[in-house]
Amino acid sequence: MSDDIKPRIELKGITKAFPGVLANDAVSFKVEPGEIHALLGENGAGKSTLVKMIYGIMQPDAGDIVWDGEPVMVANPKAARKMGVGMVFQHFSLFEAMTVLENIALGMDGSISQSKLEAKIRDVLHTYDLKLDPHRIVSTLSVGERQRIEIVRALLLEPQLLIMDEPTSVLTPQEVAQLFETLRRLSKTGCSILYISHKLHEIRDLCDAATILRGGKVVGECDPRKETPTSMAEMMIGGNLKQISKAASREFGDDRFIADGLTIAGEGDFGVALDDICFAVRAGEIFGIAGVAGNGQNELLLALSGEEPSSPADAIRLDSHAIAAMDAVGRRNLGLCAVPEERNGHGAVVDFSLTDNTILTARDRMELASNGIVHGGAATTFAGQIIDDFSVMTTGPGSLAGSLSGGNLQKFIMGREILQNPEVLIVSQPTWGVDAGAAAAIHQALVDLAENGSAILVISQDLDELLALCDRLAVINEGRLSKTLNVGEATIDEIGLLMGGVHGDPFATAEMTEAVHAH
Amino acid sequence: MTDSLLIPIIMTIVGAATPILLAALGELVVEKSGVLNLGLEGMMLIGAVTGFAVTATTGYAPLGVVAAMIAAAASAGLFGFLTLTLTANQVATGLALTIFGIGLSALAGENYVGQTVDVFGSVFPAALAEHPVLRVIFGYSPLVYVSLLLVAAVSWFLRKSRAGLILRAVGESDLSAHSIGYSVIGVRYMAVLFGGAMAGIAGCFYSLVLTPMWAEQLTAGRGWIALALVVFAGWRPMRLLLGAYLFGAVMTLELHAKAAGFSLVAPEFLAAMPYLATIAVLAIISARKAGKSLAPACLGKPFKPSS
Repeated sequence: MSDDIKPRIELKGITKAFPGVLANDAVSFKVEPGEIHALLGENGAGKSTLVKMIYGIMQPDAGDIVWDGEPVMVANPKAARKMGVGMVFQHFSLFEAMTVLENIALGMDGSISQSKLEAKIRDVLHTYDLKLDPHRIVSTLSVGERQRIEIVRALLLEPQLLIMDEPTSVLTPQEVAQLFETLRRLSKTGCSILYISHKLHEIRDLCDAATILRGGKVVGECDPRKETPTSMAEMMIGGNLKQISKAASREFGDDRFIADGLTIAGEGDFGVALDDICFAVRAGEIFGIAGVAGNGQNELLLALSGEEPSSPADAIRLDSHAIAAMDAVGRRNLGLCAVPEERNGHGAVVDFSLTDNTILTARDRMELASNGIVHGGAATTFAGQIIDDFSVMTTGPGSLAGSLSGGNLQKFIMGREILQNPEVLIVSQPTWGVDAGAAAAIHQALVDLAENGSAILVISQDLDELLALCDRLAVINEGRLSKTLNVGEATIDEIGLLMGGVHGDPFATAEMTEAVHAH
Repeated sequence: MTDSLLIPIIMTIVGAATPILLAALGELVVEKSGVLNLGLEGMMLIGAVTGFAVTATTGYAPLGVVAAMIAAAASAGLFGFLTLTLTANQVATGLALTIFGIGLSALAGENYVGQTVDVFGSVFPAALAEHPVLRVIFGYSPLVYVSLLLVAAVSWFLRKSRAGLILRAVGESDLSAHSIGYSVIGVRYMAVLFGGAMAGIAGCFYSLVLTPMWAEQLTAGRGWIALALVVFAGWRPMRLLLGAYLFGAVMTLELHAKAAGFSLVAPEFLAAMPYLATIAVLAIISARKAGKSLAPACLGKPFKPSS
């Protein structure tokens, strides 16, 4: 690399301490113009803190940020945007009650008329082939659609450095391919990209360079194109990565968890109607539901977990019980546990301690409360057991759920449900925003639970996850479920096309597959 | 004959509605930014006594109004310092502000009890303002017309202007607004000061227009009605206008019923009407699930940037 080209951004000895933790310890690396640079590390390795400093949300305690050869002080995000830094957040900074258009307008500096902005947005949507209605209210959108808002918001600013924090976790393979195409095109125009992801094979496909962080320190640099996902994961962890151990041939029992013609009208203007959903999960089986966000996954989870009871009662059955009309507590007592997609506020109460959070779902099955009295000791013991069994990084059962990082909280919630030893477990996005080590632990726990005879339903947009984990899967699209596919026989292309909505028509699927390959 | 009864009734309704409209409009902006200021009653009293004192001293009512706005905004600034800078609990601080306002205004107004001042002149020629029929349109204090203009202005500001969008964003998700790079505390200070100034105008509407004189606790709990009105209106300025006049009508009903010797129900019941109406309407609003609430998601939550 020649010396006369100045790096787009160079970090020199960036240090940032929080009470009790050194989040970044003398971190130095540089990103060249047009380079796609990966930032790797487990949850809590300090990646988020680092990019927050580049984006001006926090200031480093020590060290310099050098932009195009000039040392800069990034006082706030506005200054960062002015410099040419765009950012797509992992935890979206969106305003629920506002429209997509208003959300994007808030991310723009300087005034621009709504109609002009809308035209620009439609332009970007068209260029990158993204689907998004500017007039929808954000609270009615799925996680995937919300992320698209962030991406569009960043692209509108025509940035010189785009920071992407976990951008592909909610996209279909085709969408990921499109996004990568977009990013490559963007990088050819000279825009640098700082890319954070846990999906290491994506990093291998996309990135030109990688910096690996562990415990706030740079522990290595590599060229991802010359590494394997496993080798990179091991650099991140600083040890060996455990593979999912799954018996090669497994015996399945009878159908335990059955949806038989589950039909639900869409709620409000934006809800997706579920249309004649049929599947059966056998004892010992992990059944996957793939699909792009916003195709009825949320509605399906609510209907199956009992948050939204429905009729007729036998549209959902657990063993011989007709449960569709039951509420969540009734279903829990029959042994049906659920982990929703949204951790904060849905899966856990962030302002409650971990102990209190166990009582919320495990009070009956784990006998944490009886006759209206909470058994604090039993709950604390149970919370401690979850923390130990699932290696949740926290100061103890008394710490607030909100103080845990996303991946750790997910491990805790998964552990809370799995340790109740449910007959049926429904999980939505089990490893969203979770690092490779933690994801492997969660996957292994699911496999072990299935081997004990539980029926497990996994709703995920991460196809690799479903393919690694599931025995059979089906694809949900616009509220309808495709035929059930055996995982061994399904190809990524086929599933990806079903996600795009070619329903059960093998000819159309084949044609579209060819069309995709022709390009 | 009907005119001679109807026109005074309408004019009383407008008089009763205007101050709660002004105060509620300020509070609406405050709440849209995510701050709950329960000190409305106290700020109104501070405005009322300041406006009266300055007008009585200088003899010039507009100066009194400006002074009332400044004094009430200053008390709001104190509230802002406690709740925004020191992140004190908003509910407790707001209640304290009301008690503080009641006491301070009583002390400051001691020497003014029983005095009178020159009331506001009309902005319209006497031929219109004192015309037996047309006075129903032209015969009000300038502050009435100002309040109507302010409703339109606030409505436009919140829906159409960029600053209004930012204000709503701050009230909707303070952390998101912070991460995009808006000054949450700065926006909230501006909103709280605006709310204080509006409460100041509302207060001096009592002491300079309606009575016009000063007495302890002159506003008689109207600040609480204004607070309820914001919820009643679902945080929409135009509905606030409707609600204020509805409440004005209910309050006037009581006066006129008493005057007319209406004795079918106890007068206490009539006096309770505005409050009963609030409860009934709130219940109806929340029962209608489809009508989405515009309640700011961060209302009353102190903003503490974690990192």
